[in-house]
Amino acid sequence: MSEPLMEPEAHAHPGYAVFFIVWAVLLVLTTVLVLLSRVGQDAAVWGLMLITPLKAALVFYFFMHLRYEGLLLKAVVTVALGTLLIFFALLFSDVAFH
Amino acid sequence: MSAGHAASYLDDSGPRKGILGWVTSTDHKRIGILYLYSTLTFFAVGAGIGIVMRLVQLAPFHHLVTAQTYNALFTFHGVLMIFLFVIPGLPPVFGNFMLPLLIGARDVAFPRLNLYSWYFFIAGALIALLSLVTGGGPADTGWTFYVPFSLRTGTNVTMAVFGAFILGFSSMLTGINFITTIHRMRAPGMTWLRMPLFPWALYATGWIQILATPILAITLVLVMLERIVGIGIFDPAKGGDPLLYQHLFWIYSHPAVYIMIIPAMGAVTEILPTFARRTIFGYKAIAFSSVAIAAVGSLVWAHHMFTSGMSPFANMLFSLLTMVVAVPSAIKVFNWTATLYKGSIDFQPPLLYALTFIFLFSIGGLTGVMQGALAVNVHVHDTYFIVGHFHYVMFGGTGMGFFAALLYWFPKMFGRMYSKRAAYVAWFPIFIGFNMLYFSMLVLGLQGMPRRYYNHLPMFDTGHEVATVGSWILVLGLIIFFANLVVARFRGAKAGPNPWGGVTLEWATASPPPVENFEVIPTITEEAYTFHPESGT
Amino acid sequence: MSEAGTIHAEEHHDYFGAKLGMWLFLLTEVLLFSGLFIAYSYMRARYPVDFHHAGSELNAVIGVANTFVLLTSSLTMALAIVAIQRGERARSLLCLGITMFLGLVNKAVEWTAEIRHGMYPGSPHLAAQPPGEQVFFGLYFTMTGLHGVHVVAGLGVLAVMTALVARGRIDRDRFILLENSGLYWHLVDVIWIFLLPLFYLAA
Repeated sequence: MSEPLMEPEAHAHPGYAVFFIVWAVLLVLTTVLVLLSRVGQDAAVWGLMLITPLKAALVFYFFMHLRYEGLLLKAVVTVALGTLLIFFALLFSDVAFH
Repeated sequence: MSAGHAASYLDDSGPRKGILGWVTSTDHKRIGILYLYSTLTFFAVGAGIGIVMRLVQLAPFHHLVTAQTYNALFTFHGVLMIFLFVIPGLPPVFGNFMLPLLIGARDVAFPRLNLYSWYFFIAGALIALLSLVTGGGPADTGWTFYVPFSLRTGTNVTMAVFGAFILGFSSMLTGINFITTIHRMRAPGMTWLRMPLFPWALYATGWIQILATPILAITLVLVMLERIVGIGIFDPAKGGDPLLYQHLFWIYSHPAVYIMIIPAMGAVTEILPTFARRTIFGYKAIAFSSVAIAAVGSLVWAHHMFTSGMSPFANMLFSLLTMVVAVPSAIKVFNWTATLYKGSIDFQPPLLYALTFIFLFSIGGLTGVMQGALAVNVHVHDTYFIVGHFHYVMFGGTGMGFFAALLYWFPKMFGRMYSKRAAYVAWFPIFIGFNMLYFSMLVLGLQGMPRRYYNHLPMFDTGHEVATVGSWILVLGLIIFFANLVVARFRGAKAGPNPWGGVTLEWATASPPPVENFEVIPTITEEAYTFHPESGT
Repeated sequence: MSEAGTIHAEEHHDYFGAKLGMWLFLLTEVLLFSGLFIAYSYMRARYPVDFHHAGSELNAVIGVANTFVLLTSSLTMALAIVAIQRGERARSLLCLGITMFLGLVNKAVEWTAEIRHGMYPGSPHLAAQPPGEQVFFGLYFTMTGLHGVHVVAGLGVLAVMTALVARGRIDRDRFILLENSGLYWHLVDVIWIFLLPLFYLAA
């Protein structure tokens, strides 16, 4: 992976519109999340587990340009987040059985 | 100007001269030397504390220090050795110096950040040392700062922990720097699979530094908040849970030991081919096992907590994972052995110390596997067996690897050769003293001697006596070892570019290297460690 | 200048390398907060009722409003970068200004409700609550506090970036500094995305 140091513009830069759309989606998802929490505890937890990572993914993918990046950055982020998930899973091998 | 005579990095070449030129330099080689001197200074202090700790166990010296002082001594022995020598040892010293040379680059990716890493290191060290003489006095909790004692004790835990917190930044920034360097700055033609194995080790280590260190950082912040503001996450009196502390602490501190050992294994992997005059056996196995150790090693942390009250399921799961992590380490040992087999052995001091590493690390690793078995762990946890184990891996392993790397790369770094005879002479007391000191601990532990105890029952007298005498012999060896190098630094015979006949890139430039490392960045066309017997390499 | 043999370290600009380094730094931030998320999930499993009860004492309206504020600041941050990539310096400065303003709003509003109710670390009112609730608030102040520190740091970085854009040191050919600052700001937003439901909507 010895890429040239002077990097020509290798990937597209998104325009203004994409960001407005993503922002609107995020606001909608937040509203859904709030409404779910009004419904009840279980719905709130489901919202937490499903909608929140989705919101975060949208920010990573669009606002933080991951969509337009190459495999390396995507892999780097995936490895880190995957490690984190494994930490949680292993921790719960203890917590869940106390 | 005479052709080809470039100033070496040791000469003043920037706008600032002398010491100021050194402590403001962004040259990776100078920064490596700064780390070398600072880490060895802390090693010496930590070793001195160790000598005193051993002395206290001998009858005539039982009252040399109070019990409170003894607790502070073993705490600082641990803090100094772990946070100020072993963790920041190989990567910032030899990684900084050798990584760009080994991959054919002129510096690391972020030279200024590299200097700041060293500043963080020094700042953290000073804060930790300041905690010895301020507040309630030196911390007495052990280097692990276990709660709830660390929350309640009146000693200056807050500042000691803050020092460790600052040191974490040094480690994280080094990891970021090395990973980016390896991805972006390899010489033309140097594919990943043509890269030497020390950079592979540094790459795996860098990932641990990045992913694990922040968790320690936040854990220490929580301890500080709890002591200062009263936020009760760990304190049972406030609804907190000490087991949570242990989980968070060991999620970093176990992978930390792989930060310690993987670079040492990498250095040994550089040394063996040179002195066997043949290529490394199983290049891919060694490269990928470094990554595997880093990955699996991040998943075994709770083997420090088998007796702390976790669920049986967690105990079994972590025990299994602990057995698994031994496999990639063993793979390396087999590959090293195979490299030597039928090689044309050129016996030199770096080889001797590298072989010593393999031997002592194997003992340490095997005792680790023993501890990973749940039933055994119940018996040996918090005994001298554990102390013996980790000294075998951290000192016999990383320490010996550090010495081997120092002997190997000394002529390159300083342009001078030390006395090989002195290096051999030093080895005997080092090896004998080391084993007297730490093998005794393995025995003591099995007999039931608890760790971190100021005194002991008479049944343990013999073991302690052997260990203490061993510590004196070991230190004698260390003094000879370092005196040799100090003398050589100023008065050793001048060394040429390649005194050992190595084939990796660092030997293709002058000793000591010029500031820009290479006059022309080479283009790589071969695998690493390719020897050409027909042309004399 | 771009021949491999003659690059001098201080002259080389590696756009992707700088971005990679920034991402690696951001991962350390993710792991930093993860330690707290681990603590939260551990404690929530231990005190489910207390956490539920304590959460209901937080002002969800402020929490949600703050979320909208931060999401919008992420938008304006991204717009600022698009603007500079197109050479639209004035628009970029405007977007940066709005980003910073929204960040300030977020910080100014955050703990007001809790402090007015007498809930802060070390307060006698807090000490009188059941242990699980004390742990909840301990985590609340620690996590939002750490987040706040990062917002403030981000504001400082953005102020510097604004100055650099205004002076032309960041322009359509060299904008990696602004891009990296944007990455940092977005991460701060992501952290809040997780904090919102954990604390304000748990009830």
